[in-house]
Amino acid sequence: MTATTARLPAPALGLGARLRNESRVVAELGRRSVRQAFRRPQFLAPIIIFPSLFLAVNTGGAGQAVNLPEFPKVHGFLDFQLAGAMLQSTMLAGVSAAIALALDIEIGFIDRLFAAPIARASFVLGRLAATAVMGAISALWFLSIGLIFGAHIEGGVAGALVVIVLVVLNATAFGTLGAALALKAKSASTAQGVFPLVFVILFVSSAFFPEALLLEPAKTIAEWNPLSLIADGLRDPIISDLSLRPTLEALGGIAIVAGIGSALSVWGLRSRIRNA
Amino acid sequence: MTGIAYDARATWTLMLRGINEIARVPGAAIPGVLAPTIFMCGLTAVFGSLTKLPGFTTDDYINFILPVGFLQGAGFTGAATGVNLARDIELGWFDRLLASPAPRGVLLSGTVLSASLRVLMPITLLMIVGLVLGVSFPGVDGLLLGVFLAACFAAVAACYGVLIAMRFKTQAAAPLMQAGVFMAVLFTTAYAPQDLLTGWLHTVAELNPVTQILEAVRQGFVGDVTWADTWPGLLSLAGLGAVLIGLALRSLRRAGA
Repeated sequence: MTATTARLPAPALGLGARLRNESRVVAELGRRSVRQAFRRPQFLAPIIIFPSLFLAVNTGGAGQAVNLPEFPKVHGFLDFQLAGAMLQSTMLAGVSAAIALALDIEIGFIDRLFAAPIARASFVLGRLAATAVMGAISALWFLSIGLIFGAHIEGGVAGALVVIVLVVLNATAFGTLGAALALKAKSASTAQGVFPLVFVILFVSSAFFPEALLLEPAKTIAEWNPLSLIADGLRDPIISDLSLRPTLEALGGIAIVAGIGSALSVWGLRSRIRNA
Repeated sequence: MTGIAYDARATWTLMLRGINEIARVPGAAIPGVLAPTIFMCGLTAVFGSLTKLPGFTTDDYINFILPVGFLQGAGFTGAATGVNLARDIELGWFDRLLASPAPRGVLLSGTVLSASLRVLMPITLLMIVGLVLGVSFPGVDGLLLGVFLAACFAAVAACYGVLIAMRFKTQAAAPLMQAGVFMAVLFTTAYAPQDLLTGWLHTVAELNPVTQILEAVRQGFVGDVTWADTWPGLLSLAGLGAVLIGLALRSLRRAGA
């Protein structure tokens, strides 16, 4: 074990050169992760295929909900559902990242990186960069299919850009949770077991339906769930004109997720280094 | 040992091996066991207000959505069977089975019957949680009919999983198996009665044979069990079974030929 994790001496470089080197490493690891996602359908399906199917079923199956008196005025139920689909996609991107990272741990790839003269957080940062890219792809995908199937983005181009930025940040935030999960679980099948939890958290938020129409106890939990802030912030530029407050609240929700995820990732990374 | 006794024993052994997968790879089995219950609770909490819409056939959404969990559990179990077979193919274990004197029909029946038995796990959990949350008991006839239809649907879904596994021979095809059963079960009257479905789903649900199976499972939960609501489900199941069993058997016969 010592032979595989003993670190090669890093060449003496200035801070700027070291940062450039680390950025290159993170970019390369990020590219590898994105390529991996496109090569293996197991990683791409939860981000694109399943949220798209769920969006289709929700829209066709519960579309008459817009006729309920308490439902907010929207152009169509698809417009309302897009935010939920993007949120679901980014959360599943986090779980997919966890599975991919756990697989890297299982096959010994991470141990080899530990032995290389690079920052030990590089592989986590590379994975986060890839998750951010997957978030951008998810945002573009759902906005595109939304527009193709008749949704309106009331906030216009600026609103669409805000949605894309929020989705990318959200994917990165859930990527930190995914990294923490992989570092602690160390097994892809354990990481995979978290999939149902994503739905539990989503169902007790305003991701798929207005908070006022949720049944108890989901309604009360949704009021406290930071995911509701993110969902409402993502939805606002789609169903109404762009406004600052929901966007800031969404950023707050993302910051909560990212804060928890980062703290857990650092803890997981330290344990991993100690045990390597 | 006679030929029939040998085939029965081989089927039984393969079936037990399929069930053992739950203990061998619990991480892969747990989502399938929990998912239907999570969906039942979650969808009730989210879409429960839909019962206020005029024309909704029940005033308690959990009664309407629980039967979807029966078929969802069956579908996921069938897909998991396909994934397990794909893993056996990747590891080379299935090649050894093909080289054995067991007929292809035995290999298929062992695999799909394990799915029919495995589906009892998610359904049991679903019913217990459902009853705790106030689901109306569907009566002994309604419950037995629901379990029977779900077990048969799991076998049909497992045939689909086998078909995909034999075609792609890799676990990377898992999303195709899962997406297939996901669409089959949810592109129906899963969320709302036929008249309340909108757009394309209204048409697809009308044509999807799984809608008839779902309505047959659902009848005890939202009303009385009648032959008029049962036979279309049985007929749809028989039709789906005939097609998918035939295709799965053909794919097995072609393997290693």
